[in-house]
Parts: sequence; structure tokens; C-alpha cells
Amino acid sequence: MGKISLEVNGRKVEKEAPDNTLLSTFLREHLQLTGTHIGCDTSQCGACVVHVDGNSLKSCTALAADINGSKVTTIEGLETNGKMHPMQEAFKKLHGLQCGFCTPGMVMSAVDLLQKNKKPSDTEIRDWLEGNICRCTGYQNIVAAVKEAATKM
Amino acid sequence: MKDFNYHSAKDSKEASKLASSSSAFLAGGMTTIPSMKLGLATYKDLIDIKNIKKLSGIKVSGKSVTIGAATKHVEVSNSKDVKKAIPSLSSLAEGIGDPQVRNRGTIGGSIANNDPSADYPSACIALNATIHTNERKIEAAKFFKGMFETALKKGELIEAIEFQIPEKSSYQKHPNPASRYAIVGVYVAKHKGDVNVAVTGAKSCVYNDKEMSKALSGNFSSSSIDGMDLDSSEMNSDMHASADFRASLVVTQAKKAVDAC
Ligand SMILES: Cc1cc2nc3c(=O)[nH]c(=O)nc-3n(C[C@H](O)[C@H](O)[C@H](O)COP(=O)(O)OP(=O)(O)OC[C@H]3O[C@@H](n4cnc5c(N)ncnc54)[C@H](O)[C@@H]3O)c2cc1C
Ligand code: FES
Ligand code: FES
Repeated sequence: MGKISLEVNGRKVEKEAPDNTLLSTFLREHLQLTGTHIGCDTSQCGACVVHVDGNSLKSCTALAADINGSKVTTIEGLETNGKMHPMQEAFKKLHGLQCGFCTPGMVMSAVDLLQKNKKPSDTEIRDWLEGNICRCTGYQNIVAAVKEAATKM
Repeated sequence: MKDFNYHSAKDSKEASKLASSSSAFLAGGMTTIPSMKLGLATYKDLIDIKNIKKLSGIKVSGKSVTIGAATKHVEVSNSKDVKKAIPSLSSLAEGIGDPQVRNRGTIGGSIANNDPSADYPSACIALNATIHTNERKIEAAKFFKGMFETALKKGELIEAIEFQIPEKSSYQKHPNPASRYAIVGVYVAKHKGDVNVAVTGAKSCVYNDKEMSKALSGNFSSSSIDGMDLDSSEMNSDMHASADFRASLVVTQAKKAVDAC
């Protein structure tokens, strides 16, 4: 048991949690931020991707204790004053989602890509999304959405 | 996941003092955490080594590149110094898993784990690496003992990996399309005296292919290994590739590597 202090989506939070608490569990069960999804047990699907201190990581494969003191951004933290983030807008406009299960991780991962590479090519987008699995879309519209967002960000 | 105690060590001394027969070091956690979640491993104590400053960073000297054990894959792939000194090592790091794995996974964790399909062990063998631990220096050729097995003793901490800068080198992997682990990966490095051909993914543990090394040391051209018929009796056979296919892939990837040098 230990105290976890984080800044989540701009808000300071402090909670006691057992040492084996995953960041994903901390977000979903301790903070009720259920936008971060859990799609696998093997660190492969990417539905749980969030940003920690500006970089994307799989929240199912990091301990809350391990990232103590960091700044975390989840899918809930992307909107500003009720307005969707350009990446979310682009996914909506170009049908970059069907069931939506993979979408929070896809969007968080794609936002991290554009932070590092403002004008990625199709191949760079596909390579970057290697760790995000989608069972529905076939990826075409996801790639199109990321390209569209790149023109708006 | 079963409960455990989390510790963050300040230095190597504290880390090895905390270690016991029921502990593991926590570097990137990209192997430890999924294995604990799946119940394949349980520990009483996890000793986080990421905050030990000495374990991170990259140093290049005239003859070698030394990488701290807790240095992340993304840091190796982005390093201008590594790109200049050993470009094949930088591209190997860039080809590991996916961006989120590279943002967390470390070189020390990768070689300590010694997965038969991991990429870095082949770099250690091909680039005559020396593994620096808190107790001693171990040559790569004596470090990788078998499947998930190394020369490390319980509680022994890898501090850095020192790679010899080769004249030319290239790493070519045929990745598993889902995980990006190597179905077969071949690291060819031409040093002053000889050529190493390190193979990962093909057998239960990384190895230096003596037959190809000899042929390439005589004549460094892909034609000297063209059509070589490797013994597949000890090669892995699974749903991804049969032993015979792996044997043939080893030659194909080695030829590609020589041509890319
Ligand atoms: C989805 C996915 C895809 C992947 N794809 C690839 C791939 O394509 N190629 C590849 O090579 N790897 C791949 N990996 C593995 C990844 O690269 C990590 O490097 C590897 O999991 C271990 O590194 P880590 O830092 O996460 O170690 P941890 O999980 O933290 O530790 C692993 C083991 O090493 C020990 N250890 C860690 N650091 C030290 C040290 N300094 N001294 C002594 N012992 C230590 C720990 O005690 C533990 O037993 C993949 C992993 C995932 C989850
Ligand atoms: S839940 Fe699948 S990678 Fe995290
Ligand atoms: S939209 Fe259903 S998994 Fe991607």
C-alpha cells in the first residue's frame, strides 16, 4: 500500500493504492476514468494507451507506483471546454471507428505521433500504430483520420 | 495479479541488497508485468531500477558504444551517437515491438530476460559485447546460456552493455507480424579480424553461426553463403514457421545483411 500522487488531465489526485495497482486499474477503478480500455492481458492491443509526461505508454503495463509524481493525460483529457480534439473530430468525420473499443488507445497513440512528427506519411502512420489493434475498421479510415488531423493540428 | 511490495532503489548497492530469491528487478516492466498478470511469474518484491541514474545513458569512445542497462529502446533508436557509430544497432532498437514498448522497454531487461526471439541478444553476440554487472564483466559469448537463461546470479544487476564498433554491420529480421519479435533475425558484423553471424529466433537461444562466419571471414560476399544448407535439427518449429523454413530464413536474412553492409 502506498500513496499515489499524479496530475491526471490537469487535476491533482492523491490516493492510497496497493503496490500491485496497474496504472489502468488506478485510472478506471480509483478515478472512474473508464475511457481507457482494457483489451488484452498480453500488452499487445493498445486499447489502454495514455500519455505519461508527454509520451504514450500502455497503462496496463505500468504500475501506478512506478509513475508516481507524473502527469497523465487520458482520452477524457483531450477535449477543451466541451469541444472535441481535432483527432477525435477527424475519427468521427472519416469513420475511423466502428465499435469504438480500440478508439481511445488509437486516438492517444495518434496524438503522440503528431507531437513527434507533424506530417507523417501513410507508412509512418501505419508503423506508429503497430501497437494498436482494431478488430473492426481494417485501418484504412484510421490512417485517413490521422492524416486529416495532421492538417488541423 | 498477486500482491507484492514495490521498492524504488536509489543505487545499485541498494538494489542488490533488496534482491532475494523471490524478487525481480523492474526495468521497463514489458516482460515482468504481463508474465505476472498471466500468473506465469510471482514475486514478493519488485525492485524498480529506473531511478538509478548510473544505469541510463549512452557513451561512445573510439572503439566502443556503452549503453546503460536501464536505457530505453527509444533512446537507443533516437541517439545520434549510436546512429553514427553503429547504425545497425540503432535500427535494431527502432524495430522492437511498437512505440509504446520502445518507450518503456530497456536493453538490460531484454538481455536479462534472454527471450529466444529477442533482438538485442544477437547484437551482443555479433558486436562482441561485454556485459558489465555490479560484480564483474561477462563476455556476451558466455552470457547467454539457454532459453530464458543467462550467466547472471540471483540479485546480480546489469549496469551497462559495451559494444565493439565493427567495420560494417547489419541486422535483418523476419518479424512475427503480430508481436514484431524475430521469427528469425540475423546480425552480421565484420570486425577487423573476423565476421560474426549472430542468429536469434531460430533455436532455443541466440548463437554465432560458425559455418557462415567462417565462409564470410574468407570472402565477405553474400555469394559465399548462397544456398548453404544449414542443419535444422535443433531449430524451433511452431505455428509461425517450421524448422526447415527457419533454416532457410537464416541464410536468406544473413545474405540480406551482408548485402546491406
Ligand atoms: C507487445 C510486445 C512486443 C515486443 N516486441 C519485441 C520485439 O520485437 N523484440 C524484442 O527483442 N523484444 C520485444 N519485446 C520485449 C521488450 O523489448 C522488453 O525489452 C523486454 O520485455 C524486457 O525489458 P524490460 O525493460 O521491460 O524488462 P522488465 O520486464 O522490467 O524485466 C525483465 C527481466 O529482466 C530482469 N532485469 C531487468 N533489468 C535488469 C538489470 N539491469 N539487471 C539484471 N536483471 C534485470 C528483471 O528482473 C526481469 O526478470 C516486446 C514486448 C511486448 C510487451
Ligand atoms: S490492454 Fe491490451 S495493451 Fe494494454
Ligand atoms: S473500432 Fe472496433 S476494435 Fe477498432
